[in-house]
Amino acid sequence: MQFFFEVLIGGLLSGVMYSLVALGFVLIYKASGVFNFAQGAMVFFAALTFVGLMQDYNLPFWLAMLVALGAMVMLGILTERIVLRPLVNQPPITLFMATIGLTFFIEGMAQGFWGANVRGLDLGIEDVPIEWLAERYGIFTSKFDIFSAAIAGILVAVLAIFFQRTKVGRALRAVADDHQAALAVGIPLQQIWRIVWGVAGFVALVAGMLWGARNGVQFALTFVALKALPVLILGGFESIPGAIVGGLIIGASEKLAEVYIGPFVGGGIESWFPYVLALLFLLVRPEGLFGEKHIDRV
Amino acid sequence: MLYREAGQFKASYREDQQIFPIRQDKIAIALILAFFYLVVPVIGDQYWLKAILVPVLIFSLAALGLNILTGYAGQLSLGTAAFMAAGAFGAFNFMLRMPDFPVFSEVKILFAFIFGGLMAALVGIVFGLPSLRIKGFYLAVATLAAQFFVVWALTKFSWFSNYSSSGVISAQDVVLFGVPIDTPESRYLFVLVIVTVLALLAKNMVRSATGRAWMAVRDMDVAAEVIGIRLLHTKLLAFAVSSFYCGVAGALYAFCYLGTVEPEGFNLDMSFRILFMIIIGGVGSVLGSFLGAAFIVLLPIFLNVFFHAVFAGAVPAGLGSNLELMIFGGLIIFFLIVEPHGLARLWQIGKEKLRLWPFPH
Amino acid sequence: MKLKKTVITGLAIAATLGAAPAFSAGEQFIGLTSYRVGPYAAGGSGIFGGLIDYMSLVNARDGGINGVKLVWEECETEYNNARGVECYERLKTKGPTGNTVVHPLSTGITYSLIDKATADKIPIISLGYGRTDATDGSVFPYVFPLVTNYWSQNTAKIKFIGMKEGGMDKLKGKKIVNIYHDSAYGKETIPVLDVQAKKYGFSVTHVPVAHPGNEQQSQWLQVRQIKPDWVILRGWGVMNPTALKSAAKIGFPREKIVGVWWSGAEEDTIPAGSAAKGFIAAGFNVAGANYPVIKDIQKFVYAKGNGNMEDKSRVGSVYYNRGVVHGILTVEAIRTAQEKFGKGKPITGEQMRWGIEHLNVDAKKLKALGAEGFMPDLKVTCSDHEGSGKVKFQQWDGKKWNVITDWIDADQSIVRPMIEESAAKYAKEKGIKPRDCSKES
Repeated sequence: MQFFFEVLIGGLLSGVMYSLVALGFVLIYKASGVFNFAQGAMVFFAALTFVGLMQDYNLPFWLAMLVALGAMVMLGILTERIVLRPLVNQPPITLFMATIGLTFFIEGMAQGFWGANVRGLDLGIEDVPIEWLAERYGIFTSKFDIFSAAIAGILVAVLAIFFQRTKVGRALRAVADDHQAALAVGIPLQQIWRIVWGVAGFVALVAGMLWGARNGVQFALTFVALKALPVLILGGFESIPGAIVGGLIIGASEKLAEVYIGPFVGGGIESWFPYVLALLFLLVRPEGLFGEKHIDRV
Repeated sequence: MLYREAGQFKASYREDQQIFPIRQDKIAIALILAFFYLVVPVIGDQYWLKAILVPVLIFSLAALGLNILTGYAGQLSLGTAAFMAAGAFGAFNFMLRMPDFPVFSEVKILFAFIFGGLMAALVGIVFGLPSLRIKGFYLAVATLAAQFFVVWALTKFSWFSNYSSSGVISAQDVVLFGVPIDTPESRYLFVLVIVTVLALLAKNMVRSATGRAWMAVRDMDVAAEVIGIRLLHTKLLAFAVSSFYCGVAGALYAFCYLGTVEPEGFNLDMSFRILFMIIIGGVGSVLGSFLGAAFIVLLPIFLNVFFHAVFAGAVPAGLGSNLELMIFGGLIIFFLIVEPHGLARLWQIGKEKLRLWPFPH
Repeated sequence: MKLKKTVITGLAIAATLGAAPAFSAGEQFIGLTSYRVGPYAAGGSGIFGGLIDYMSLVNARDGGINGVKLVWEECETEYNNARGVECYERLKTKGPTGNTVVHPLSTGITYSLIDKATADKIPIISLGYGRTDATDGSVFPYVFPLVTNYWSQNTAKIKFIGMKEGGMDKLKGKKIVNIYHDSAYGKETIPVLDVQAKKYGFSVTHVPVAHPGNEQQSQWLQVRQIKPDWVILRGWGVMNPTALKSAAKIGFPREKIVGVWWSGAEEDTIPAGSAAKGFIAAGFNVAGANYPVIKDIQKFVYAKGNGNMEDKSRVGSVYYNRGVVHGILTVEAIRTAQEKFGKGKPITGEQMRWGIEHLNVDAKKLKALGAEGFMPDLKVTCSDHEGSGKVKFQQWDGKKWNVITDWIDADQSIVRPMIEESAAKYAKEKGIKPRDCSKES
């Protein structure tokens, strides 16, 4: 039983890490209806820029983070200007493909500029078990994972406040609800998009720093996007709470499945299990956990 | 002047329903086919036949398969490579396990390809089932389940790879009517014949009642249901036919191009590339599948050659390769912006212009 | 207008593809199917950087091989099989004698090229990857998994563990967990481990990690349940640092984790930070810039500003040095072939095959090359395309890799029968009649 809880807690904490990446997808989808596949590449680029600035240019932590954030915001603004604006009103699949093109571009840019080296990132929090928890309950839970979960929690809280309490946030929600109505009441659509891409860049930076500290800053960071996709379909593309809850469910269930079902079928099922789980879930609720229900009319 | 259909009258329904109703089109197609069948094998050198034309044809077939599903039936799929893998491993196992007997063994390879296609179709139907309830990007992400599951299963269960220690299969030799197909020319022609036949079939299929049902579902499935199209039947048929094409393409990829394949070779990246082919080539166009495949296969090669020819030594190799990738991504975005309907649309515009040429007004 | 542009671009593409850069007659051409983008770029740039730098060294210091300058051209494969085949076909006919030798540096591409290269008579050198049973040269005349293969290396690992335990008999009753990348590459050593488990009486549990392996919580919790004495890490890319981090999370000692050579580079340990300290990995080349051959590269290549590495600090790293090993073996094989087929003339792929098959780099020669202790000595024969099977073990101290053993031999009594069995099966499947190696000269 204790082992079960250990797996469960580990899974939930990993799930938070998935949510962090999924959040970036949700923000952009919500505001502009674009399924931004480049989010994974943005995570990689953000983390690499941050580490590169610290290691190659000897910038202090906060300055590096600020400059990296600036780079991400710039990237967001340029994307809006160069890629999205000319593609307004195109079918979603065209926009989706454009973001895959963007993915290649960002990946090439990241490795072209900073080199192919794999870099370490130390945020100063050790990735070791919390001692009192290990001693008292025999459950091994990493300090770093708890820290990451806390950061993710704070991030969601900040975003929630930003969306609910500020003027920009209200405008964002209005755009998300109905582009044309928002335009009609005088909300500057393109400015909102720039803000959203900037915020998504910020989320990518945070996710990149945490994932980078976990696994090293390297190209494989782009793969974390694949972990975020089942979270998205489970939680719904348009819901921030959905991304969190979906992440927790996916994280916990994939770990439990790997440990308890894996041995019977040869293991390594983590690659597809979240997708099948999300698929089965969709059969019951086609718009995800918190997604908006669409009614088709002829 | 040259391309004018004025004066070509259709007297019967049959004539009107021809696959190429305009005489100039017929001539053009005949010329193109003659070129690829008769001229290319003679003038093409080994490199072109083996390393360029064969993969372009195979990917065209895969893109055609995806285009049937996405372009005609409107179901977005990201699992194309998995269907190709099912086809490749299906054909391999058919060749391996099916006993030889006279007459049959002469054309065994063709049956193996068909069997591979059918296996892919089966996988396609299974993973197409959710399409009844799920739409759009939700469906796209759901087809990723197929992508990861198939690759996992092929790696995990050694039976599929005949217990090879590394999980890699070596495709058997391609022999048709006792003639080994192993020279670049014969291999190219073999692939070309299969692709031509399947492409003509596809062209006909999308003009038939089935194709019209697919398009109705694509445009609005609720409306299609209202006018009496059976959704389950139509969508699953689209998945099956599309996967069949992808499966045959996968088998050709293994037997006529690479020779040996591993499950990991059929990865998500490949699925994306095939999706690119249809988007760049033209969604809902048979011709577009071919143009798109040629574009996406040739572009990175061209960039690579171009960079070596122009900047050899001037740029560090790592930067050069990354620049190629950036330009590849940038060009895709550029194409989507200037011609969101793909290369096939450019062809159409060209035809319109040609119709008025040389007097545009 | 658009149409016209498209047509012109198309023609330009065709023209460029058709144009071939000229190489002069007295040069030895080597086509490099390299990869410098994507997830494996760190390995690709390091290894190809080392290989190219060594060839530059031979050109700059010795004026080539008996006066024959080495020339090369890179082709980007992106670690993709289809691109790899295209690159192979593109490079095959360049240079005065065509491509001399292929280093696919990807197991997938190696597999795809075996038939093609055999037909084209161009040898493949797959150093430390590729088809293990290609060690049997009677079935695979054109494939050379030189130095050592995965199975040999695995037996050396068990020997090392036995050494640490105080004798092979002490292995009885021990528990070993094999954490592997869930792919063709990762699965390859399962049979050889099972055979050894039976022979030495230890138990082995195989735990797969799904690609790419950036999440290993569940696997390492399983390890904690099993409480093994040793863990063998058969990782790839991001899986390695993640494994080390996850081991730290459950408090498993890293001194008890033994990795394959694709787990044992700086790229695998630096991202794991302090969690990597104590980790041990096998390798057929060592890290460090203090070998005469690396110093010569610094002196003759980098001091003149001709080095291939963008990041000079990587010279002397594990991947870079592995590239230098590639370079040394390629150059020595060309030299061997020239001795037979005429000095001072570029050789063909077929002659190169003879050269590799008669390659004999003994301790004396290694010393002369400035690579003593840098790589094992090897002698290739017709039946043995591996030639050595030795590995050294290195331990990460938090800053750099330190060699902790001498060369450890593989247990050929286990490996060789398995290789012959596997090669025979392949020969039967493909209808190949194995050569009779006793008749080869």
